[in-house]
Amino acid sequence: MQRHLISAADLTRDDAVLILDTAEEMSRVADRPIKKLPTLRGRTVVNLFFEDSTRTRISFEAAEKRLSADVINFSAKGSSVSKGESLKDTAQTLEAMGVDAVVIRHGASGAPYRLANSGWIDAAVINAGDGTHQHPTQALLDAFTLRRRLVGRDAGLGQDLSGKRITIVGDVLHSRVARSNVDLLHTLGAEVTLVAPPTLVPVGVESWPCAVSYDLDSTLPKCDAVMMLRVQRERMNAAFFPTEREYSRRYGLDGDRMARLPEHAIVMHPGPMVRGMEITAEVADSGRCTAVEQVANGVSIRMAVLYLLLGGNEPAVTHSRTEEK
Amino acid sequence: MSKILIRGAKVLGGEPQDVLIDGETIAEVGTDLSAEGAEVVEAAGKVLLPGLVDLHTHLREPGREDSETVLTGTRAAASGGYTAVFAMANTFPVADTAGVVEQVWRLGREHGYCDVRPIGAVTVGLEGKKLAELGAMHESAAGVTVFSDDGKCVDDAVIMRRALEYVKAFDGVVAQHAQEPRLTEGAQMNEGVVSAELGLGGWPAVAEESIIARDVLLAEHVGSRVHICHLSTAGSVEIVRWAKSRGIRVTAEVTPHHLLLTDELVRTYNPVYKVNPPLRTERDVMALREALADGTIDIVATDHAPHPHEDKDCEWAAAAMGMVGLETALSVVQETMVDTGLLDWAGVADRMSVKPARIGQATGHGRPVSAGEPANLTLVDTAYRGPVDPARFASRSRNTPYEGRELPGRVTHTWLRGKATLVDGKLT
Repeated sequence: MQRHLISAADLTRDDAVLILDTAEEMSRVADRPIKKLPTLRGRTVVNLFFEDSTRTRISFEAAEKRLSADVINFSAKGSSVSKGESLKDTAQTLEAMGVDAVVIRHGASGAPYRLANSGWIDAAVINAGDGTHQHPTQALLDAFTLRRRLVGRDAGLGQDLSGKRITIVGDVLHSRVARSNVDLLHTLGAEVTLVAPPTLVPVGVESWPCAVSYDLDSTLPKCDAVMMLRVQRERMNAAFFPTEREYSRRYGLDGDRMARLPEHAIVMHPGPMVRGMEITAEVADSGRCTAVEQVANGVSIRMAVLYLLLGGNEPAVTHSRTEEK
Repeated sequence: MSKILIRGAKVLGGEPQDVLIDGETIAEVGTDLSAEGAEVVEAAGKVLLPGLVDLHTHLREPGREDSETVLTGTRAAASGGYTAVFAMANTFPVADTAGVVEQVWRLGREHGYCDVRPIGAVTVGLEGKKLAELGAMHESAAGVTVFSDDGKCVDDAVIMRRALEYVKAFDGVVAQHAQEPRLTEGAQMNEGVVSAELGLGGWPAVAEESIIARDVLLAEHVGSRVHICHLSTAGSVEIVRWAKSRGIRVTAEVTPHHLLLTDELVRTYNPVYKVNPPLRTERDVMALREALADGTIDIVATDHAPHPHEDKDCEWAAAAMGMVGLETALSVVQETMVDTGLLDWAGVADRMSVKPARIGQATGHGRPVSAGEPANLTLVDTAYRGPVDPARFASRSRNTPYEGRELPGRVTHTWLRGKATLVDGKLT
């Protein structure tokens, strides 16, 4: 494992499988009456959020607290520049207070990379979403959800996602979730297809390790999971698509389209969902939609990442993996 | 003023010759010239060029003296072998009146390191809406001949047409920063494979090429000449080549950094590589080198753009665009054009002195190294190779993309009308 988690592309297959396996162990903590491990006792983690994201911040905070870390929440709304203080000064101020890890969410692509590589601070850096670049813990929790559902909770241990066909639908251009998932799912052996109107696919996508289609209906029968991305309504004002209704008709997932999926296939969504836009209530509330499960898995994944980056090599939870095989 | 004998220099890279400077002019060029009464500069092995001329420099004064002043900028210029620089208009206040251009021009004269030729803004406040008083700037003491809204594109086709027509009255030239504004909203880097991965807003090649295509057609229509600033894409080269073949009076410049660096460097998210137009692809770099060699691109211009440290020591999106270039330009051109065999030193003199002086009408610059000409000269140790050390820059700013990179060539002497501004690599 590297010292920081900046991009899903930095993870090897073995790194990723180790994180997923560790997250399975962590998830058992949630089943205990006392949901807490002493692993990070005495370590301080700051959640440095330059962008509002209550969901991600709470998920990290829950993970940190379950590992007994001391948690500082720092919400710096708006960009560092508009605020007058630079990212560098903010980070150095926090480190001076003895922070061991920085979980950073920032509107500028590359801000976590700069934080980790500019010699500004020594703390470990975990990217909690940067601009339209990466959101690696989201990709990990998605992979975790996929492995549980498509391979099995116990059967999945030590396994990757070889041969699984995943379709990602929506605003790929502006999506750090899509970028992270393409990287990680490819590393884990899955076959990824992106589906979007051509306006919402970046120029240069041809170098990505995935297929691209503009037609949702033809890809649905051939996938094991379909991941719906949030599409912001404002996009239509910049002429990415004509109207909300046309987007929904062509790329939204409704009951009829869901019926075209193979029996075992699941529907995923990173949240927050725009019901009526990319996904109908019927689909969102169906048993095939894993959106809520993904949130729960997010805590386990973030515990695993924090543990592996900060906790060293001692086992986090006493377990016997061989018995589970 | 005393006499100076430059002994044994390879004039424009040719056979060793002696060059005798007397006062402000070159008195004699030949072999075994008498050193009597002259200070001797031993130049064996070194290449002597006409003083370099930069058609695209940001001196930042007035307004951003924290990043550069006319004094520090012209010292940097002398250090890099330049004897004349054209100072861009995007200062605070904007150089859109006779008063501002005269101030910049006068500061250059007072400091005496390098001739400063102010460029006037095309439109008031660089806003692209109303023509600035181009005639007044031309008639001022600064004698402005080049007009540019650089940093911003004159995107309104009518304003551009009028500007091209208007400056014909005094044989001026409009230098266009070709950037279609709507196509580059939120642009952070070249749009392509790397931007797709990094999630940074794309600056597509077409945003440059569409403006160049429009402007060469406008220049043809009204019979004017147009100059294209910092051309950066292979497609732009094709358009300029086509325009020249049609007889359209277009000239174009390329920066040293676009001859050497690619957008792959942006993967570091280090804003020292953030520049406008952005670093492009390897294919573009190769096309630009070829175009400079075959004359499609007329000149090298630095787009020297100083910025204070804090404007680069931050996240990419928050960082300022631009790189300093005066003190590394010749080295980069040697690395990319001479050492690759694409251009000889006479060609370098042509692209970095003769042609830019001609486009900008910098009288007395870009002249042959021969008797009777003004003694604007640059002596280069072309055998040198070493790492770039920004701490040694004369510029007030350090935002160079070449820190630590080994580059060939070092300017050892610069003379401005016979007066040494740089001796043995040290400013006078």
